[in-house]
Amino acid sequence: MTGPAVADGGLAGHLDGFVRAIREAGIPVGISQAVDAAEILTVVDLLDREQLRHGLAAVLLQRAAQRPTYDVLFDLWWPLSDRPRTTVESDADGDADGEPGESTLDVPGDDGIDLAARMREQLLQLLLEGNPEALRRFAREAVEMLGRGQPSPSGQSFFSYRVLRALSPDTLVAQLLTGLLAEGDRGGLAEQVARQTIRERLTALRAAIESEVRRRTAAEKGRDKVAKNAVRPLADQVDFLRAQAGDLAELRRAVAPLARRLAVRLSARRRLGREGRLDFRKTVRASLGTGGVPVVTHHRPRKVHKPELVVLCDVSGSVAGFSHFTLMLTQALREHFTGVRAFAFVDTTDEVTRFFRPGADVVDAVSRIGREADVVGFDGHSDYGTAFEVFADRWASAVGPKTSLLVLGDGRTNYRQPGLPVLADLVRRSRSAHWLNPEPQRLWGSGDSAANRYGEVIDMVECRNAAQLAEFVTTL
Amino acid sequence: MARPPSQFPQFSSVADVSKRLSTAGYLPDAQIATTVFLADRLGKPLLVEGPAGTGKTELAKALATATGSELIRLQCYEGLDEARALYEWNYKKQLLRIQASQGTDGADWDTVHDDIFGEEFLLSRPLLTAIRRAEPTVLLIDETDKADVEVEGLLLEVLSDFQVTIPELGTITAARRPMVVLTSNATRELSEALKRRCLYLALDYPSAEREREIVLSRVPDLAPGLAEQLVRTVRAMRALELKKSPSISETLDWAQTLLELGLDTLDESAVRSTLGVVLKHASDQDRAAAELRLN
Repeated sequence: MTGPAVADGGLAGHLDGFVRAIREAGIPVGISQAVDAAEILTVVDLLDREQLRHGLAAVLLQRAAQRPTYDVLFDLWWPLSDRPRTTVESDADGDADGEPGESTLDVPGDDGIDLAARMREQLLQLLLEGNPEALRRFAREAVEMLGRGQPSPSGQSFFSYRVLRALSPDTLVAQLLTGLLAEGDRGGLAEQVARQTIRERLTALRAAIESEVRRRTAAEKGRDKVAKNAVRPLADQVDFLRAQAGDLAELRRAVAPLARRLAVRLSARRRLGREGRLDFRKTVRASLGTGGVPVVTHHRPRKVHKPELVVLCDVSGSVAGFSHFTLMLTQALREHFTGVRAFAFVDTTDEVTRFFRPGADVVDAVSRIGREADVVGFDGHSDYGTAFEVFADRWASAVGPKTSLLVLGDGRTNYRQPGLPVLADLVRRSRSAHWLNPEPQRLWGSGDSAANRYGEVIDMVECRNAAQLAEFVTTL
Repeated sequence: MARPPSQFPQFSSVADVSKRLSTAGYLPDAQIATTVFLADRLGKPLLVEGPAGTGKTELAKALATATGSELIRLQCYEGLDEARALYEWNYKKQLLRIQASQGTDGADWDTVHDDIFGEEFLLSRPLLTAIRRAEPTVLLIDETDKADVEVEGLLLEVLSDFQVTIPELGTITAARRPMVVLTSNATRELSEALKRRCLYLALDYPSAEREREIVLSRVPDLAPGLAEQLVRTVRAMRALELKKSPSISETLDWAQTLLELGLDTLDESAVRSTLGVVLKHASDQDRAAAELRLN
């Protein structure tokens, strides 16, 4: 490896270990990037940790979603030292950090509860000021003083839940609101804005505490162990079925552009052979400029045939997380693509296109489907057979030779009849048909899943996360 | 893999980047400044990715101003081809030249041939223009993700060697490497190969402090307290699930609007009457009004 001339196992070896850890976390790093990373070390100011962080990120990462994972690993591999920094610390708020621990702990007769109470006060102040640097320093101090677990033979452990329990920052919200708002501001815009600000600062505090706990644990027990547990899956690899509220927001960001791409793809065929019939008149007109030689030919634009897309989605409880995504996808498709008709089903089918008119809000649409659409006919367990039959019956004309059919669901039939012939017929009548299944492929066909049997009559694709959706869209 | 040393680095340090970009009206954070510095030092293209309105194009413009370079912009779109990105021959002019030669003494074909594939008949498009310039240049390839995959192949060739081969003229190599900034909204994953050749900078909305500074530097007449209030309100809006989150430029527009209207506090009625400046969808406006309790 080219790079700074450091003895083997020195800086270059350390960088190599870091790159390996990043690869293990699922971020692909090629050899040339690793070489570039070594070159970065020669250019940045190594004493400036943030420069190093951003510099390495610039060559090692290729997507924004990889950044949180990278930051966690960076903190483990290039940790802050344990010593309080002696430079630049003696400024205005030096007393917040100057001698962490000792001064507070030395007070005679001090016990844990008293300490926690005093730290809470300090925290309240810091949250009101909202200086991120001060907040991070406070988090380090808090972990040192409040986060210790029982010492064990394997070393000292630190726990973020201990810190959070002692400080219980969530109970400070009321006081923070009072602090941030003048009287009379309550109930309106000012309060909502202040709440958001508080939410942001609390999130930052929690992240700082967690990162400090990781750092200390890594120092005690070795960073490889921590790295394995600390790294959360990348946002586009989060399972649709297991996504939590926080992930959903991330997912939405990832899915919106994909849906748009998908819409374009499904209608893309017409783009091939861009030039239509020769526009004789226009070509002759244009040739006058070149002495009658038709250098540039003009063509009539092709008739754009409006492709149609029919989305059929399972919105039953078993795919709750997925159906949220499904409807998100439907909404996005609907917006970019005029000929979309959406149908939702549980044990019977209803057209839900009307809830997704352009400009409508997804969250709102989802709740309206729950209330107003007629998707539950019997007991609220999915019944694909009946759903397909109802669909084929009532909207017989929806699927035709110009239609792309997209089915979204897990294919779990509750041991009811799967309605294969009906589906096969729909597939035959459509121009193209795909089924996106949020379950891992190895579970297809297990239990009440009819996925394998459906797979025989329709092109079924595993689509558990945004990364797979992206792949489906690009290979389409 | 020896890469020719980057010629003429423009910046002496990360701090220098910060200072000069700030002077050019762009306040970079540590990440932006570091990455720009490295792109300059290593002579690599800089790929800036992020949601619309986080200042990607602005960065390129500020970079041109800060280094006293000319900005050459290639706007990508679906269907962009070599002729639009690189160069094409001016057929009409070539044809006229041929016809003119027929009329007179009838110069022999070889002369005419050499003649019509000369500089005079070459229409230089952004990529070629940027490569041929001897003066400092910033080449902005905007919205790279909008272009077709074939264009990426073309970019790969141009960006790795900074040379273009024109069959009739031979290979043209950059006299002086332009600084290249590619931007992308990430609506499509760019190819691995392209990403590998670039330094990657993911831009997100700025932190509250930085955004406040941006507002104050661009709209200096705004009262600091109001700027703080404004930025916090915009951030609260970004936290909502909107179809189009307010961008930095919309924050600035809003600041300007408040100034023009002479409002000195951002209360419900002020927000309600100026909401159209920040939120451009009716559904977003309804949602913000409901969640932020404007009524």
